[in-house]
Amino acid sequence: MFKSRERIKRMVIKEFIHIFRDPRMKAIVFVIPVLQTIVFGFAVTTDVNNIPAAVYDLDKTYETREVIRRLKASGYFDIRHFPETGEEMQDLLDRGKVIMVLNFKKGFSADIKARRQASLQILVDGTDSNTATVAMDYAGRIIKKYAAELDPAKGAQRARLDLRTLAWYNPELQSKNYNVPGVIAMVIFLTSLLLTSMAVVRERETGTMEQLMVTPLKPLELILGKTIPFAIIAFIEMALVTVLGTVIFKIPIKGSLLLLPFSTAIYLLSVLGIGLFISTIARTQQQALMATFLFYMPAVLLSGFMFPIENMPRVFQYATYVNPLRYFLVIIRGLFLKGNGIAILWPQMAALFIVGVLVIFLASFRFRKRSD
Amino acid sequence: MRFLRLKAVAKKELIQIRRDPLSLAMAFLMPVLLLFIFGYAITLDVNNLAAIVHDLDRSGMSRELIREFTASGYFTVVREAGDPRELDRYLDAGKARVAVSIPADFSRDLRSGKEASLQVIVDGSDSNTATIALGYVSLIADGYAARLSGGRTPSLIDPRIRVWYNPELKSRNFIIPGLIAVIMAVIAALLTSLTIAREWERGTMEQLVATPVKNPELILGKLIPYFLIGFIDVAVSVLLAVFLFGVPFRGNLLVFIVLSSVFLFGGLGLGILISIVAKSQLVASQISMVVTFLPAFLLSGFMYAISNMPAFLQGLTRIIPARYFVSIVKGVFLKGNRLVILAGDGVFLLAFGVIVFLIANIKFRKKVA
Repeated sequence: MFKSRERIKRMVIKEFIHIFRDPRMKAIVFVIPVLQTIVFGFAVTTDVNNIPAAVYDLDKTYETREVIRRLKASGYFDIRHFPETGEEMQDLLDRGKVIMVLNFKKGFSADIKARRQASLQILVDGTDSNTATVAMDYAGRIIKKYAAELDPAKGAQRARLDLRTLAWYNPELQSKNYNVPGVIAMVIFLTSLLLTSMAVVRERETGTMEQLMVTPLKPLELILGKTIPFAIIAFIEMALVTVLGTVIFKIPIKGSLLLLPFSTAIYLLSVLGIGLFISTIARTQQQALMATFLFYMPAVLLSGFMFPIENMPRVFQYATYVNPLRYFLVIIRGLFLKGNGIAILWPQMAALFIVGVLVIFLASFRFRKRSD
Repeated sequence: MRFLRLKAVAKKELIQIRRDPLSLAMAFLMPVLLLFIFGYAITLDVNNLAAIVHDLDRSGMSRELIREFTASGYFTVVREAGDPRELDRYLDAGKARVAVSIPADFSRDLRSGKEASLQVIVDGSDSNTATIALGYVSLIADGYAARLSGGRTPSLIDPRIRVWYNPELKSRNFIIPGLIAVIMAVIAALLTSLTIAREWERGTMEQLVATPVKNPELILGKLIPYFLIGFIDVAVSVLLAVFLFGVPFRGNLLVFIVLSSVFLFGGLGLGILISIVAKSQLVASQISMVVTFLPAFLLSGFMYAISNMPAFLQGLTRIIPARYFVSIVKGVFLKGNRLVILAGDGVFLLAFGVIVFLIANIKFRKKVA
């Protein structure tokens, strides 16, 4: 007779053989998360620069060229089209080739020289409201600054207010610093969830689960034997993705590195628990895939990964309290960017732990019931 | 290709789908759930940012400035700090995203015509929100200074900004049309990617191979029921978008239907191709996530502007059908684009669909042999 520990160990070994019997699984389990992190780390950017823009210049004078030069020099605008007619300008916007057009009317420079207010029309494609807002803000500021330089006398009359702004934690306001840790959490979430739920259901579908049940394995041992391999895989994935992510994207790690594996462990409790839970609902792998997705999408959207939680209506804000991703994002971003320690992060960790324990408990309960 | 055999395969697949009502229910629930979350729960618009204020001046002028911050609607003052260390604590714990610090001689300097200073710290970790917040801060400070100097001193250049297509700059109008493209990609990824792998795993594929059904008939026949499901999802999404969320639909409905069908055909074809290649449902599900869903979600310009991505990724987006479809959907909804403008994107989608279908055919033949 084996001891409980020995039985679990054997089962874990069996599971590993099972998972990696298909040689493609090694690639899927270890290469895909890395690829995802790299591609999406680069893709998920809200930094607005190189805004495609056009200039429809009917004045063609030194002043208009100066405005264009300053916009270009700012690095925010990529002025690549110079339409000659109004229709051409409209077409560029319709086709989405540019999202901003500056239109100088004839007499722009004459007005400036005569100290009259010169007007300049800026057309913005508002389809992407976020980029449009930022583009308008940048263009407005650059042009105002130029106007102030042209007319120093008027500037002097103004009440002088020296606005000093500072951005903490991420002084250059690079979105990658904020998003790459989120991408890491998201990638691990999806691959682990999918792998756990589908693999367990597959075992049921093929009928080998019944064979396991006639062995002396106790239900709890069965659950542990099933989840430990996925936990180990997820841990290796996490290490791989974190190291590559921080090196490739040069993400600063300001906090303690020791806290990361510790929080990852708590996080995986919930992730694997949810995977196991889905496997107790789904009868087929198709159902497991759909259910995983049905859970995953809202969990990502309501986690604060892309959309700040404080902008959500109250009801949805409450819903985020049961979302493990929400807590893990605060932890991983706090660790990386703010250098938060356990003194600040402990409530998040405690919450994550409670959610994890509850989920595991619920999943085990259902799992045992289905096993009977 | 014989119509009768095609019909038989489609009917068989339909029966199998009906036998799994839970999956079918989830397939219809998905678009509704996603639309509701995007329509009601989340927004990229920045307002009510939590701000902490440290006012050392405590004068009418400083209070007036703080009032302007709150009145703008972009900021909510959550705390008036009595101690500068409180600012650190609030920012560190994420209880405030913006800290405004007004020095003791603020009003004195302003009155005597000296330059008064005002310090604003934003939490830069969410760079997007921070950039927008900084824009608002400087707008408010400018307006305040202008009002103090008695009336407006007009700037020499007056930029007149007009926003086209989405004049109120609602992020909902931008996201929901793109979401329809994502929903279609998801359906393709989740439903079709398992359909052939499942038959291999269960051993029913051998039975199918033994029938006189030819490859293209089998692939097309399997595709048809999912096409129907996908199309119902699209119809539901468009109706919800227009009637519930008030997203304008300015283009031609027929153009939209034709182009969506083309996209759906390619997407489902890709799902089937994955299924043929993977042969295992576990492998197929992982591949389809990476090849169909995630690119549609993150590389299509649905939320993250392609022009902001590094050059090599911009190149990669060119082979992603969702990129073309997202631009079609946004064009039809918001810009009222005509077919002439969308034709180029449509041709790409068609070519993609045909190529995928042909490859699926070839790969499938090899497997049976």
